[in-house]
Amino acid sequence: MQNIGGKTLPKSKIIEALDKFSSRPAIRNSVYLSSIIVFFALILLPPILGIVIKWNTMQQVLNQPELATRALTAIQNSFMIAILVSLLDIITGLPLAWLISRGKSRWLNVLDTLADIPFIVPTAALGYSLLLFWNEPGGAATLFGASLISPGWLLVMLLHFTFSYPVVVRVMVGALLDYKMEYERAARTLGAPPLSAARTVTFPILKPSIIAAFILAFARSISETGATIIVAGLTFENGSVFIQKMRNDFTAGIINQATYEGATVFASLVLIIISFTIFAVIRIAGQKAKIPTKRFWPSMERKLSYSKAENGRNTITLLVFFLIIIIPSLFVAFPAIEALFTRTLSDAFTGTGIWKDYWQSLTLSYLLGATVTVLNIIIGLPMAIIIARRKFGRLPSTILDLLVNVPLIVPSIALGVSLAFFWKQNLTFIPEIWLLIFAHMAITYPYFVRSMSAAVERISVDLEEASRTLGAKPFTVFRTIILPLTKYSILSGAILVFTRSVSETGATSAVVSSLKTAPVVIVNWVKTKGLATPLEIGLGCGFLILFSFIILLALRFIARGKGRY
Amino acid sequence: MPDVRVVNITKTFGKILAVDDVSLHVHEKEYFSLLGPSGCGKTTLLRLIAGLIQPDKGEIYIGEKRVNDVPPEDRDIGFVFQTFALFPHMNAWDNVTYGPKVKGFNMEKATTIGHEVLEMVKLHERLDAFPNELSGGMMQRVAVARALAAGAKTLLLDEPLGQLDAKVRNELRYEIRRMVKDLGLTAIHVTHDQSEAMAISDRIAVMKKGKVLQVGTPQELYMNPQSVFVAHFIGESNFLEGYISNKNNGKITVELRGGIKVGVTNRQIEEGEKVVLAIRPETLTIEKGVRKGDINTLYGAVERITFEGTNIRYEVRLENEDLIVVVKPSLMGEWVGNDERVTASFPPEKAHLFKYPETGLREAITVE
Repeated sequence: MQNIGGKTLPKSKIIEALDKFSSRPAIRNSVYLSSIIVFFALILLPPILGIVIKWNTMQQVLNQPELATRALTAIQNSFMIAILVSLLDIITGLPLAWLISRGKSRWLNVLDTLADIPFIVPTAALGYSLLLFWNEPGGAATLFGASLISPGWLLVMLLHFTFSYPVVVRVMVGALLDYKMEYERAARTLGAPPLSAARTVTFPILKPSIIAAFILAFARSISETGATIIVAGLTFENGSVFIQKMRNDFTAGIINQATYEGATVFASLVLIIISFTIFAVIRIAGQKAKIPTKRFWPSMERKLSYSKAENGRNTITLLVFFLIIIIPSLFVAFPAIEALFTRTLSDAFTGTGIWKDYWQSLTLSYLLGATVTVLNIIIGLPMAIIIARRKFGRLPSTILDLLVNVPLIVPSIALGVSLAFFWKQNLTFIPEIWLLIFAHMAITYPYFVRSMSAAVERISVDLEEASRTLGAKPFTVFRTIILPLTKYSILSGAILVFTRSVSETGATSAVVSSLKTAPVVIVNWVKTKGLATPLEIGLGCGFLILFSFIILLALRFIARGKGRY
Repeated sequence: MPDVRVVNITKTFGKILAVDDVSLHVHEKEYFSLLGPSGCGKTTLLRLIAGLIQPDKGEIYIGEKRVNDVPPEDRDIGFVFQTFALFPHMNAWDNVTYGPKVKGFNMEKATTIGHEVLEMVKLHERLDAFPNELSGGMMQRVAVARALAAGAKTLLLDEPLGQLDAKVRNELRYEIRRMVKDLGLTAIHVTHDQSEAMAISDRIAVMKKGKVLQVGTPQELYMNPQSVFVAHFIGESNFLEGYISNKNNGKITVELRGGIKVGVTNRQIEEGEKVVLAIRPETLTIEKGVRKGDINTLYGAVERITFEGTNIRYEVRLENEDLIVVVKPSLMGEWVGNDERVTASFPPEKAHLFKYPETGLREAITVE
């Protein structure tokens, strides 16, 4: 209750009603139960069932050994790249996270914000940006007099490295800031130089976060489609590019429906099964795996811990960060600047030609992002509380906790295709916009629930109990304790959901045929020769980055105003 | 064998002056305590000595060596943390042998040391246990063993008993002192508990607001406090305000509020000056009735009696409305009842006289 001028204001009628409802266990439980039902009905089961109902089409692929081999090669590429890239992310991301969280310079704040840039750039624009930087004349190629890296596996690796790197940095900076420095200090007083202390004490204690960062980077790499297809070139295929190409061939009438469906189901299934196996192995082996803590190399680690070696490490880290991550990510903005002084800009603003589609798709992207974010908060928050507070006991919470991760593991194109199978097969009357929303919900849900349940877990139960003993009804406890204390996490969860939705390409292009989001349009511009000029593509990407950046900046300002607790 | 010297050390955190121009000399093989209320800068000073934080100004010597630029791992110290800071991913044995291993001792030597120190803290049966399987007292034993195992000659202890139950705390404090003495170490122990500091220390530095107010043996601090704060923080004192009404051949007459006159022997303070008289509750004697005539007598009525077991505690409201506390052993003499008129008296040499603090008495003795 608010107290102004000594008078107690009457609570609003709605809050009073909600308070009254919330003290009935039946109503409380039905809120929780419905969030579980929504999770199963809209997020977990449709993608799985979508594949199950097309089970028999797989015969098509097995009858064409060539196609099967092609699919398997593509999938193999997916996993090779994902594993290599995630390892590289950890190796190069950890030193940057260390620098950001431990350094004292004021510039580190700027560095911290810069690390988010590849988040802001929608992956499709990112792919194009990398293509321009590494391959086209005018990019890094100018310096070397030739195309530095042509489209193909190396460029795909660079791309995946670029967009998964910030995930690792974000997770590790958070983990390092939460870490109790006392352990490392204890190691130092016992005679360990900084490097030994980090290796034998800090990293082993942070192992769960390192594993989480690895899994996130891995999942991101496996499931990305839109940008990958831009930089893959003509011959290189990974799993998601293969599915996308099958779809293109089918739309173009090159292959029949049965072959398309069979190939898609086959590739999706193999991708999902192998992903599951790998995640299970990482989970189980990760807990047992020991970072070598029993052996010491005192003199070597001492040398590596101080000044020259440390400066060298920081320099390399920053070079990698700027030359491989930041500059290539933003490179697309340069043609956009040039475009500002040509007819392209006026064309764009008057919506001439291809721009009409563009503006529609941009509007759709942002509206979709906003809708998905709001829906996630509504259905994700109760789930986060169920998981964090073990509302239905320990075992159900643990199971839900694991199941929430499932959509993260499924490659987004496979998810989209299987959603399309499921919804379009059975419920044809559902408008396409809903399919889009469902697909994006499925993809973003794990991100939101993950970060929210962690945030709720950090709030001591004592605070809730204190509030109850002071006379607060359950809804008031939620409103006055949980909500204010997790406000920052809700906002950062929302940012994650929003950016993920706006940049999503693979699943989007799979579920819908008439509606197009901005990344889908850009991928189309890049892939279809003669449809758009480089200036137009640059400007298209530029707008997408600019508007996304403004929205995120605004969200961040709100978040910062509320502060952290 | 190292002594530890701190010379003109200053440390600020933002606008907060945590340690203010402190100089100290801890002798070799001495058990030394930094005592003060929370926020007085004692932990900061300990961390500066350990090298976990860097001073803004001043110098730190361990033995002959200036260690300002020496990282913590090379200062040859052992540090026991208030939160124990046992590595959660290692069992007791790996925690304890961490120091010898990281310093590059060979396996055989590390093993010997490990067994020795675990023997010393009587935890030999639990060497497989992980920190979360140990009780608070056991964790602290492991933490002490770990600090000792690295072979350092200086042991720094940051509120090492703060998180333990009273019983365990009392046992462990003597054990730690015994080990330090047996091994001939120099120990610096941070605590806010004056009875703990008094019980285990050779010498104590009393700190307040970043400054060291007084350094001395527990007896010196108790018998001869140099400031109102020390008189208040070490043991207990009654504070009575007054001024010097007469000064004659070293005999000083203090006039308290309400015109009560008492005589004291110590201190060079000028006539007319405003003073605070500190009298320990246990130096006062209390008798029933009013016995007029003597110069060091205070008259009043018993307002409250608290039976504390060993002692009985009287709160006496004096004629001038000041309240004093008198503590008497329960088994000695005759008890006095509530509301009874009493005479309290004290020997002149047992009272301490201080200039009235500029900041006021309340501010000078606050422990906040």
